[in-house]
Amino acid sequence: MSAAPQDLKYSKSHEWVRLESDGSVTVGITDHAQSLLGDLVFVETPESGSPVEAGQSCATVESVKAASDVYAPVSGEVIAVNEDLVDSPERVNESPFAEGWLFRIQPSDPGEIDGLMDADTYTAMVASES
Amino acid sequence: MNLKTTPLHAAHERAGARLVDFAGWEMPLHYGSQLEEHKAVRAGAGMFDVSHMRVVDVRGSDAGSFLRRLLANDVAKLQAPGRALYSCMLNTEGGVLDDLIVYFRGEADYRVVVNAATADDDVAHMRTLAATHAVTLAPRPELALIAVQGPEAVARTLPLLPESLRAAAGLKPFHAVWDDTWMVARTGYTGEDGFEIMLPAERADGLWEGLRAAGVRPVGLGARDTLRLEAGMNLYGTDMDATTTPLVSNLGWTIAWEPSDRDFVGRAALERQRAAGAPEKLVGLVLDERGVLRGGTRIQTAAGAGVVTSGSFSPTLGFSVALARIPSASTEEMLTAELRGKAVPVRVVKPVFVRHGRSKIS
Repeated sequence: MSAAPQDLKYSKSHEWVRLESDGSVTVGITDHAQSLLGDLVFVETPESGSPVEAGQSCATVESVKAASDVYAPVSGEVIAVNEDLVDSPERVNESPFAEGWLFRIQPSDPGEIDGLMDADTYTAMVASES
Repeated sequence: MNLKTTPLHAAHERAGARLVDFAGWEMPLHYGSQLEEHKAVRAGAGMFDVSHMRVVDVRGSDAGSFLRRLLANDVAKLQAPGRALYSCMLNTEGGVLDDLIVYFRGEADYRVVVNAATADDDVAHMRTLAATHAVTLAPRPELALIAVQGPEAVARTLPLLPESLRAAAGLKPFHAVWDDTWMVARTGYTGEDGFEIMLPAERADGLWEGLRAAGVRPVGLGARDTLRLEAGMNLYGTDMDATTTPLVSNLGWTIAWEPSDRDFVGRAALERQRAAGAPEKLVGLVLDERGVLRGGTRIQTAAGAGVVTSGSFSPTLGFSVALARIPSASTEEMLTAELRGKAVPVRVVKPVFVRHGRSKIS
């Protein structure tokens, strides 16, 4: 099954978060999430500079099967988005934890990151859902 | 719940299929990528396990008259053995019980292939009607069905057919050949050339693996749906069902009104609807901007509300297309779809989006 890298944090709604050295966080959807969605055909990311609030929808990933909201795992400001996904949404399927990243947030409350799940907890949650 | 499996179940597992419940059958949704499978059928060749569909042989001296009563299309159009016909089977209100293909094999010998989800009800309905005819109905669940579709499908399949069926090379569309156990028809559900092959269950795995070795890609139900949608072919249970007539389902062309004294089931109701004017019609929609029309998406027209019956992203075209049922009185070229809370413009087109790999949208 889909592995969840140990160095990332995870949300209940299947986003992953990587804390970067500059204090920002990179956000994507997990391998489990992309596999449930199937081939992505559109990705709609938030605009750079826009504020986001933890738990609120801020992006959409749309697959052959369904459209699905992506929720901000932490509050803050969007400082970068993955422009490659406009023309190549399949990157999310091929490389959900690396090239398929969605956007980066400068967190307003870094403490929110600690509230997310670690890899083992997330893997256990996925296992209990299936 | 115990799901039924086809003779190709092991082959699907070997090919890494994601298996899902489809009408009580455990069937492949995809084998990794629905998009790549879709493109393989448009550009090369793909194969589908459709063994969950039900073959029913209709034999007896009344077989022809039975089918002329049962079906909205007229098997009398089939003038030589080996020809096939698409038809709806209706209830007395003119609602579509199922859509099917009927093959004419001889004066007292027809074969019908119906959808999996409706198979049991279909056979029950046929049996009721058959009681007053000299006809025997023989469901053939022991047959496997493999559809091979795509521009290269015929060439890659021919060398793998039994010697007795090599005449398949010369088959025209909607024609079939058969021997004692196999039947090969030039039919399909993708808008591409290809074959549908009925064969003994124990031979299915061998043919499947032979086709794979010949470069034919396994294709799941996901791509089967986007391929048929691009081809503008209705899906039973989605684009039409027992509550909708062929006249509101873009299937008026499948109703054989002549001869006027042929009393098929549902005829009186259809004639009333035709005389009054069908209240709705099934049209094609194109979304020129990003986003995907889905079944259930609401459509606004000047003549009232409509709804998308099936919609998806079109892998061949790169944008979303849909079939939608809207009021007949609507004549606008542009309509409005409610997509995830936003009103977006959609273009009305003839419901054929792709044929033989090419766009049909102007």
